[in-house]
Amino acid sequence: MATQQSRSAARLMMAPAVILLLGWMLVPLIMTLWFSFRKYLPLRGGDQGWVGLENYARFISSSSFWPAVQTTLIIVGGVLIITVAFGIVLALLLDQPMWGQGVVRILVIAPFFVMPTVSALVWKNMFMDPVNGILAHLWKFFGAEPVQWLSQESLQSIVMIVSWQWLPFATLILLTAVQSLDSEQLEAAEMDGAPFLKRFWFIILPHLSRAITIVILIQTIFLLSIFAEIFVTTGGAFGTRTLTYLIFQRVLESQNVGLGSAGGVYAIILANIVALFLMRIVGKNLDT
Amino acid sequence: MARAVTTQRKALNTAIAWAIGLLIFFPILWTILTSFKTEAQAIADPPVFLFFDWTLENYAVVQERSNYMRFLWNSVFIAGGSTILGIIIAVPAAWSMAFVPSKRTKDILLWMLSTKMLPAVGVLYPIYLIFIKLGILDSRLGLTVVLMLINLPIIVWMLYTYFKEIPGEILEAARMDGASLRNEILYVLTPMAIPGIASTLLLNFILAWNEAFWTLNLTAAQAAPLTAFIASYSSPEGLFFAKLSAASTMAIAPILILGWFSQKQLVRGLTFGAVK
Repeated sequence: MATQQSRSAARLMMAPAVILLLGWMLVPLIMTLWFSFRKYLPLRGGDQGWVGLENYARFISSSSFWPAVQTTLIIVGGVLIITVAFGIVLALLLDQPMWGQGVVRILVIAPFFVMPTVSALVWKNMFMDPVNGILAHLWKFFGAEPVQWLSQESLQSIVMIVSWQWLPFATLILLTAVQSLDSEQLEAAEMDGAPFLKRFWFIILPHLSRAITIVILIQTIFLLSIFAEIFVTTGGAFGTRTLTYLIFQRVLESQNVGLGSAGGVYAIILANIVALFLMRIVGKNLDT
Repeated sequence: MARAVTTQRKALNTAIAWAIGLLIFFPILWTILTSFKTEAQAIADPPVFLFFDWTLENYAVVQERSNYMRFLWNSVFIAGGSTILGIIIAVPAAWSMAFVPSKRTKDILLWMLSTKMLPAVGVLYPIYLIFIKLGILDSRLGLTVVLMLINLPIIVWMLYTYFKEIPGEILEAARMDGASLRNEILYVLTPMAIPGIASTLLLNFILAWNEAFWTLNLTAAQAAPLTAFIASYSSPEGLFFAKLSAASTMAIAPILILGWFSQKQLVRGLTFGAVK
């Protein structure tokens, strides 16, 4: 049993972390909320007073808002589908007996450790360059016209780059889940003559459902705020301006802080909706 | 009963898995190979794979022209500093939550995690403004503090899950024997906690090293770490493939090596203990 003394000691030990995070959360949040209700143009007249909900209305009604929402959804959705689908396949494959399993695992996981600016730039120049990129060489080798990846197929290109970065994460987590699968149950099903697809659908997939949910939730939170990949490759041009990038441009590039802050509040609300689901799962897990 | 697997089946698995593994790894391999080519060979048509004149010239040029060492030092300082600072703050917090849990412990843990979900862009301007007012824009110190704060929830969580695995009876036994709180932490807990702390250190160093929102937005010439250094290589320098590759290889090599040691911690650290 914890004594009164150790309780107050515990509270004291928690204090620095709690106070710092509270400050980190509240101070900028309150400032963003405050700015979002004001006309604030640091380079053109500064703070020009209270405007109520005007920024919120203008942010949504601007012509770049809905395209940005659409871009965000395509990138997040595309990357989720690719990483989860291939992640399941890879996890099942890596679980099979083979030679050099450890090395293959390392090869598959490696992209996760490449910093975003490097992977974006390497893909942009060395792979997707329409003249000298590897993909251009490959297309020419098969007699096809090289693709102008980042200008004509810009969204697909970004989805590809980001999927490459996040596939390792999905694979690793799903692999961890696959490895905890009860192999006797699978063997029994196999002996009873259940074909692979049936075993996959009725035994493996239900077992993986929790891990898949977690992969989806965590990746969504990170994918909603991808930045460097777009900053380095297209700078938001060619229809790749996500909500995050739009807010960044409003705040720092055109220095319209009021408008950008209203956008920021929308982004915070959106992220919180996703976070709520994630927290529920994590919280449930804490009890057991 | 272990399933009997024929050698043939195993060979097939091996072939498929290696092919996919190499395909996924290829961009990294290609970057490393290209860094040893001359610029002419780097854009040769058709591309040369292994049979070229290996050269170290690109590394020398990158180092000389862009003062690579300064960016490297900034990265080491910021990633290392923020991780160590975070651990110092998180260890007592995680310790107390793991060993003296109260009714609110779970709520506090979840709340800490929720601060990690705050989209950075939503608070970009306030942080930017605070940095200007405090005169720490483009300073290593400012960035170290910010990266410490964004990773603090993960650090607390990871340490908490590790500390949870230490049997509380051992601590109680030490207490019965009259060990003070200080001695209990120093001589009983610390030796058992070191592996967990080391894993946490490793993963968070990697996360901080690769962080590319705040490092791009809060630095300019002085405090820019490798993430920003590489971003400055977008065209026209980026079209010099060999030099771009050399710069990229130098930026990712240390982390690739560290990363291979941290595969297991990755799952624990990034799923907050929800997948084990």
